[in-house]
Amino acid sequence: MASYRTPLGRARGLGAAHHGASHWLAERVSAIALVPLVLWAIFGVLRLATLDYQGAVLWVSSPLNAVLLVLLTATAYWHMHAGMRVIVEDYIHKTLTKAILLMLNLSVSVLVGVLAIFSILKVALGGAL
Amino acid sequence: MIDAERPLSPHVQVWRWHLTMFTSIAHRASGAGLYVGALILAGWAVALGAGPAAYDGYMHLLGSPLGKLVMFLLTLGVFYHLANGIRHLIWDTGKGLDVKSANFSGVVAIAFAIVATLVIWGIAITTGAA
Repeated sequence: MASYRTPLGRARGLGAAHHGASHWLAERVSAIALVPLVLWAIFGVLRLATLDYQGAVLWVSSPLNAVLLVLLTATAYWHMHAGMRVIVEDYIHKTLTKAILLMLNLSVSVLVGVLAIFSILKVALGGAL
Repeated sequence: MIDAERPLSPHVQVWRWHLTMFTSIAHRASGAGLYVGALILAGWAVALGAGPAAYDGYMHLLGSPLGKLVMFLLTLGVFYHLANGIRHLIWDTGKGLDVKSANFSGVVAIAFAIVATLVIWGIAITTGAA
């Protein structure tokens, strides 16, 4: 994310916390990307709710739908991991509990996110028919 | 947290309830709710990848009264988090931070979430999606 930082920010280095600017920026860049992706997804859900299994497979097999679904999943899972991380860091102060919850958040986000993306690709590439 | 004897900054219970406080709490609450929504999205993708039986079962679950209630709340959460997220992005540029603007944009975000949710569910009911 370094390329999004201001020249002054780069010159001054990492700031008082010695990290964090890149996390802050990544949360916002993912937020901006999610605006069009989520609006598209809402109409995708409206469409999918009227389709049966065969229709849903065909819908996901369309290259545009498949790519947007993968991008939506990857961006949403990145963003939700970042958001939940901040919530845990703000409210949980016991070191061990915090560490466990942060690892749980990371594990759930990566495992479920990759499972979803793999499933989308499997269907899109014809493995499910 | 480190030393319970040290003075703590004023906490929620000593503040008068106000709109910007509500929008801030609701942003976190809707974000946490959408975490569950993202898991439901993943469940849908996994069910589709697992085949017709799993997919029909999953869609049946989403179409049940409880499933519809969850989807309705998620719609509200998506639109609120979207509108309020844009409000945060505007604040990040340093604009709209005065009390009057912040109150106004808060009302706009809440109103957008309610109206957009009703519109989408109106579409869903007329197209047979819900």
